[in-house]
Amino acid sequence: MSDLSQSVTPSPTAKTAAPDESPKKTLNGAGEKIGAVTVASLRDEFPYFADENAVVYLDSASSAQKARVGLDAMNDLYRHHYANVHRGAYRLSAESTAAFENARRQIARFLDAENSREIIFTRGTTEAINLVAGSLGEQMSPGDEIIVSELEHHSNLVPWQLLAERRKLKLRFWKIDARARLALADLAPLLGARTRLLAMTHVSNAFGTITPAAEAAAMARDAGALVLIDGAQAVPHLSVSVRELGADFYAFSGHKLYAPSGIGALWGRGEVLETMPPWQGGGEMITEVSLARSLYQPPPARFEAGTPPIAEAVALGAVCEWLMTLPRELLRTRLHGIFARAHELLSATAGVEVYGAGVAESAPTFSFNIADAHPHDLATYLDSHGVAVRTGHHCAQPALAALGLEATARASFGLYNNTADAERLAETVAAAANFFKR
Amino acid sequence: MHDLADAELRQLYQESLLHHSRHPCNFGELTPPMREARGYNPLCGDKITVQLRETGDRLEAIAFSGSGCAISLASASLMTEAVKGMTRRETEELFAAFTALCLGAEQARATPLPARHEDLNIFAGVREYPMRVKCATLPWHTLRAVLEQRETATTE
Repeated sequence: MSDLSQSVTPSPTAKTAAPDESPKKTLNGAGEKIGAVTVASLRDEFPYFADENAVVYLDSASSAQKARVGLDAMNDLYRHHYANVHRGAYRLSAESTAAFENARRQIARFLDAENSREIIFTRGTTEAINLVAGSLGEQMSPGDEIIVSELEHHSNLVPWQLLAERRKLKLRFWKIDARARLALADLAPLLGARTRLLAMTHVSNAFGTITPAAEAAAMARDAGALVLIDGAQAVPHLSVSVRELGADFYAFSGHKLYAPSGIGALWGRGEVLETMPPWQGGGEMITEVSLARSLYQPPPARFEAGTPPIAEAVALGAVCEWLMTLPRELLRTRLHGIFARAHELLSATAGVEVYGAGVAESAPTFSFNIADAHPHDLATYLDSHGVAVRTGHHCAQPALAALGLEATARASFGLYNNTADAERLAETVAAAANFFKR
Repeated sequence: MHDLADAELRQLYQESLLHHSRHPCNFGELTPPMREARGYNPLCGDKITVQLRETGDRLEAIAFSGSGCAISLASASLMTEAVKGMTRRETEELFAAFTALCLGAEQARATPLPARHEDLNIFAGVREYPMRVKCATLPWHTLRAVLEQRETATTE
């Protein structure tokens, strides 16, 4: 088994470097060192960019390009170690199970969870949130209240709307300001004796805002409520410690973290998960079944009915492990510099409006528009010039509406981007503004 | 490189298309009695409302409102101009020809636009941009929804 874990887990190539002392320092030259890797060799870890027709990819907040380490882990599992998990009495199934459970431990370490039994594999963030709504939510009583922020992706709003309808609950909304920020002072009056849950994002998918999630979680828990944080946009950019955040649930998707689609995870506080009933029935989540009734497994198996996406889970674990070997603080500073450059250039371009809280309070994602064209027309222009951005409402219609917007263009950055990408974006947007000028 | 891409884009974003998107015809609301339907493109969030009034079998008045990209607004503008005064059957025929026009040259040859509606040819440019075909056809699907007495149309 030891050689298996070696073959699906990359051996650490770099020790975490000391955090960069000066945030002003930029690391953009291709040959520049970041710990044991260079900027250029880091980009090489994402096979898509070896394609000579690779676009300037600025849609990582929607879905990121894939890290080699995850693709290799997936390939290796399918080719050499694949069988169903937790079922077979034979060696191959034991290998598959070991790789799958190793991935759970890798993810637990990545999130700084106390125990890997607190990690539940899901298809992604959306399914993780629906799991909480479909299990914990069904124990709520008519009149109970859930607080949802206005900044949410639809996946952290619609499941609560559906639950509220089923259980006759009341939804209360934590409003954002004109720069897409959440103020703790606005949360306080919403918390009350009937508050059962606060559901909020850690980083806004549409505007990039980093929210005061830890402070909000402390306030909600003081009021006796549980806290669910959507971490889909946060895990690629922030070093997340669920222990420090102090929430009860943390959800994220693999596909935004350079890993395959179809896999994600829900971290749940152990003692809370223990009290929750199953949400889907099937194989793997039971201990004993008779025609009349069944006994359920303890978490996490209780919440993992059916055969999971095994290779995808192993790939996600491998990517988390790999990310932990990189000097993440240094990379974060570097990416923030690239983001700041794009933000600065676009903000200074005539006919361009940039939204949100500004670079200091944001992860490397921002929304903008040009004066004389709808964002879809802008996106077609950018696409024709090899720049991929997302346009539309970004599955966050209430957040856009709060800023008086229906649609925006959104640029979001990943580990593979560089300063040239930021400059290319700005230059192409300026050309588009000119092309569509009335 | 910019010049070449810009020249190709100009085939899509012709002056007349941009003009219609900025100064759309029949933009607004009809006074009752009228019927209406809403069209959605869930992919991008575009929405449009088409209202119409019929006298017997003829489309006597038509208007649209909503928000969207240049292609969908221009398409709605030109559509409302084209179908005004038409019978249902003529509208259906034009719907088929317009859809064919957006899909490809072969389809357009099989179901050509009538000569008097050649101005709709400016939308042939969307063929090169498969992601944008639905922007051009959304107003037409919405019109069809009103005629078929459905409340909503969607491109998905």
